[in-house]
Amino acid sequence: MNQFQVAHPEASQRARIAVVGLIALFAVLTVAFFRLQVLEANTYELRSESNRLRPFPIEAPRGAVFDRDGRVVASSVPGYSLHVFPSAASEVMETTLERLQSYLDLDDERIELLLERARREPYQPLLVDGDADFDLVSTLEEHRAELPNVVVRMDPKRQYQAARAVSHLMGYVGEVTAEELEQERYSEYSRGMTVGKEGVERQYEARLQGKRGLRYSEVDALGRVVSSPFGQVVQAPEPGVDMQLNLDLDLMEWIHHIFPDSMRGAVVVLDAEDGGVLALYSAPTFDPNSFVGGIEPDEWASLNSDPDQPLFNRAVVGRYAPGSTWKLAVAAIGLQLGLVEAHEHMPQGCTGGMFVGNRRFGCWEEAGHGALNLVEAIQHSCNVYFYQLGLRIGLERLLANANEMGFARQCGIDLPRESPGVFPGGLGFWEERFGYRAQETEVLSLAIGQGPNDQTPLGIAQFYLAMARGGQAPAPRILRGEEAGATWDIGISPEHGEVLIEGLRRVFMPGGTGYMSSLEHWELMGKSGTAQNAQDPDRSHAWFAAMAGPRGEQPEIVVVVLVELGESGSIVAAPLAAKSADYFLRKRYGIPTDTIQTLREHILTGTPAPWAIW
Amino acid sequence: MRALFSRWALDSGFVLALLALSAFGVAMIYSTGQLNVPSPVVEGVWIRQLVWFALGLTAFTIISRISSNWIEWISVPAYVLAVVLLAVTLVVGTGRGTAAGVTSFLQFGGFQFQPAEVAKIATILALARLMASRREATGHGSRRSWQLTDVIAPSALVGLPLLLVLLQPDLGTAMAFVGILMAVLFWSGIPLTYLFLLVSPAIALIVSFNTWLFSAYMVVLVGLLYLRRSRLYTFEYVAVLVFNLAVGTVARILWDSLAPYQQNRVLVFLDPGLDPQQAGYHLVQSKVAIGSGGLTGKGFTLGTQKRFNFLPEQHTDFIFAVIGEEFGFVGTLLVLSGFAYVLFRLVRMATGTGSHFASFVLFGIFGAWITHVFVNTGMTVGLVPVTGIPLPFISYGGSFLLMCWVAAALAVRAARQH
Repeated sequence: MNQFQVAHPEASQRARIAVVGLIALFAVLTVAFFRLQVLEANTYELRSESNRLRPFPIEAPRGAVFDRDGRVVASSVPGYSLHVFPSAASEVMETTLERLQSYLDLDDERIELLLERARREPYQPLLVDGDADFDLVSTLEEHRAELPNVVVRMDPKRQYQAARAVSHLMGYVGEVTAEELEQERYSEYSRGMTVGKEGVERQYEARLQGKRGLRYSEVDALGRVVSSPFGQVVQAPEPGVDMQLNLDLDLMEWIHHIFPDSMRGAVVVLDAEDGGVLALYSAPTFDPNSFVGGIEPDEWASLNSDPDQPLFNRAVVGRYAPGSTWKLAVAAIGLQLGLVEAHEHMPQGCTGGMFVGNRRFGCWEEAGHGALNLVEAIQHSCNVYFYQLGLRIGLERLLANANEMGFARQCGIDLPRESPGVFPGGLGFWEERFGYRAQETEVLSLAIGQGPNDQTPLGIAQFYLAMARGGQAPAPRILRGEEAGATWDIGISPEHGEVLIEGLRRVFMPGGTGYMSSLEHWELMGKSGTAQNAQDPDRSHAWFAAMAGPRGEQPEIVVVVLVELGESGSIVAAPLAAKSADYFLRKRYGIPTDTIQTLREHILTGTPAPWAIW
Repeated sequence: MRALFSRWALDSGFVLALLALSAFGVAMIYSTGQLNVPSPVVEGVWIRQLVWFALGLTAFTIISRISSNWIEWISVPAYVLAVVLLAVTLVVGTGRGTAAGVTSFLQFGGFQFQPAEVAKIATILALARLMASRREATGHGSRRSWQLTDVIAPSALVGLPLLLVLLQPDLGTAMAFVGILMAVLFWSGIPLTYLFLLVSPAIALIVSFNTWLFSAYMVVLVGLLYLRRSRLYTFEYVAVLVFNLAVGTVARILWDSLAPYQQNRVLVFLDPGLDPQQAGYHLVQSKVAIGSGGLTGKGFTLGTQKRFNFLPEQHTDFIFAVIGEEFGFVGTLLVLSGFAYVLFRLVRMATGTGSHFASFVLFGIFGAWITHVFVNTGMTVGLVPVTGIPLPFISYGGSFLLMCWVAAALAVRAARQH
């Protein structure tokens, strides 16, 4: 017993209390750990698993799209996107981006932009490149150690093989937006999914969109995937349904090739047999592939601010005064009402114009056409003849019949955002639109395809399709093998239809506006149009609407070409229509496509054209 | 060899246990650096811990050979210096790592240390000196000689550094000071009733949030004071009552003055499901880590909760959760046994030593370490609120490990006092 214990009698008692307290305290701890690690271990093991296994969607590949011959128009290919995972320290993001500079094209300005986005969404993985190529991905994998925060995600991506040639027809894809998610149409979609935004992609979204799969991947506390990026697949994705279109991809590429780069316009080619859309082209065009993985903001801005409006689908959405192509509608109404016969002359011959009341209305041919019958008036596109025919029909009847034919409706093509034609529904239109009562002379401008009448190139194609088919036409169809719903009926008898066709055929006779665009192998029927417009009073829109087929047979296709401010339907639009038709028919009948020339080109190059009608 | 070790360690079993805990700590810190997404910061810290371990052993070797008289003499200047350093820290201190909002470090060139760690030891020494001198003055103090007012001086001595630490704010270290005071008072032989009366305002604070509970508590308190009336001066029990009532009523005001994270931690202690993404997140993730370790653990460096960064502060305050995850119940039990043995040895040393001062030093160290061990391990399973308090000898922290070994040196030195 030492000095202290003697001096401090409670010491051993206090020591005992301390030891008992110590044992009690450690007993409490042991019980607590025993409960957690032995009794409840199973629960916590499960929680530890679910803690780090997170469900991730597996994007389904979109259905492939093929043309009528089975060539690939759009497909799904493996795509890679680069993300940088957020880190607790903000400098890490900056360092990582700077290191990435040596592998991909990232200028300082872009890094600033990315850092700005990272600051706004500090907990979200930062998308650096939505469409990285395989070489880059493999290089980054090699340098994984110095870029621990960089993650490559593999998702199927859309690829448009014919790119610019099919952009307006196919549309493009993009991430579903917050506004779209609120719509009924997207009720089963969730954030981050890729949806069709325009064109076929949008129209057939439900069919092309597959079903997302599900996988579990290991993540850390920041949600970073830390194991294999493929994880454990619980549910495999279902790819979207493949589709075949009526489209002829070769023809589309041909049209893209021949359409002048500097011009704006549209080309529509329909199959006369079933109304299938063989080609639908709008110029200028854009590359739908640049939308894949998210379009760069500056590219989006430049597409939108471009005065040529490359995103605007001129074939389906654009509306233009139809000009002389619409004279056929006047002729059809006149025949239908029994007000004119094929060989009937109008009271006044064309002297380059005519007076109605005390106002002179001109013909485009200032020298005058002289006396013409209906067929010849179509051939020469004589305004004076059609003024008189228009007056004979009268404004009210013209409006009624044109509306019945469908000039104020949509064609019902299977594409989104089709514009209906603009055509007065009745006499009230003028009061509503212009604030004055309609004069009987309104019929004069309408009779030559001017006035308050704007049609889409598709609409004009539909009208010519109806004429080519003897009066009725199914709605134009993009999707192959599907019955068209609505049909167009312009309500003319077969004999009257023949008259119209005869007029159109004569356009390609000497003296007709299409003559110089005649072709070696095919018979062409068509009508040019040179439509005045508000865009530029000095330069008219150039139209050409044509049908073509082997000589002496039913026309097989209908082609409509519009060139904005093209000035002349016969010189600018007609050769485009003729060469489009030539390409398709040559391909169909196995004639080489490398000698396509219009009559004008034969003459200009001095190649003999023994087939031409002289 | 054994004799050599024994001569160096002075207390073989005690020091062997501490060596084992420190070495295990370095290994666990290495393990916390093994992550699936490597973090360059944490990956190499085990080497720094190893260096500090070596420094700690050096300090142990030297200090364990210093004369006890000199240690007794230095206690007061050391205390004064520590308090000054704590005050300076409040003004020019820096935070570090996760505790960036806290000013608890002092920087000298490239070297950072926590004055609070120094202050803990200085306070133990100064408190031991005070208690020892008091005992000598009262002539081998007996039960009768105790008065409630006797706790005022030791409380003030500990209260000053405690307050400065609380202002940093560092709740965990402040708790260690409370542990020191309680342990030393307990060892001085103060009647347990007095100890209860001393902590009664703190209990009043806790129960004050429920009116009924507070009323019941006050009834018990008044009853106790009545039973002990013969031993208390009137002003003493009036003071106890007034303090309890005052604390009970101003508790709300005090509560509002707490930082939101502190409020959160207390609330989460009361109901861990309350705020799973904020303060409760620590506790939930820690329990998942420990619980999923099961009986034998997931294996060294293989803890998934740790690997995937779910555990917060895993190389410092939550290192015990990593131990639980990787070595299971067997591992936690072994480490807890190690600490239990060390603490038991401290009690035995305090009983066996020959001087009052040495005895109080040993019990002060006991108080500090038992608080650290119990609060740190207890918080990982939700027994106590989550507080920033490291596990002695194991958690990463240079000055902390060094000071643990300094304390160990003082302990073995004090135990040798005759």
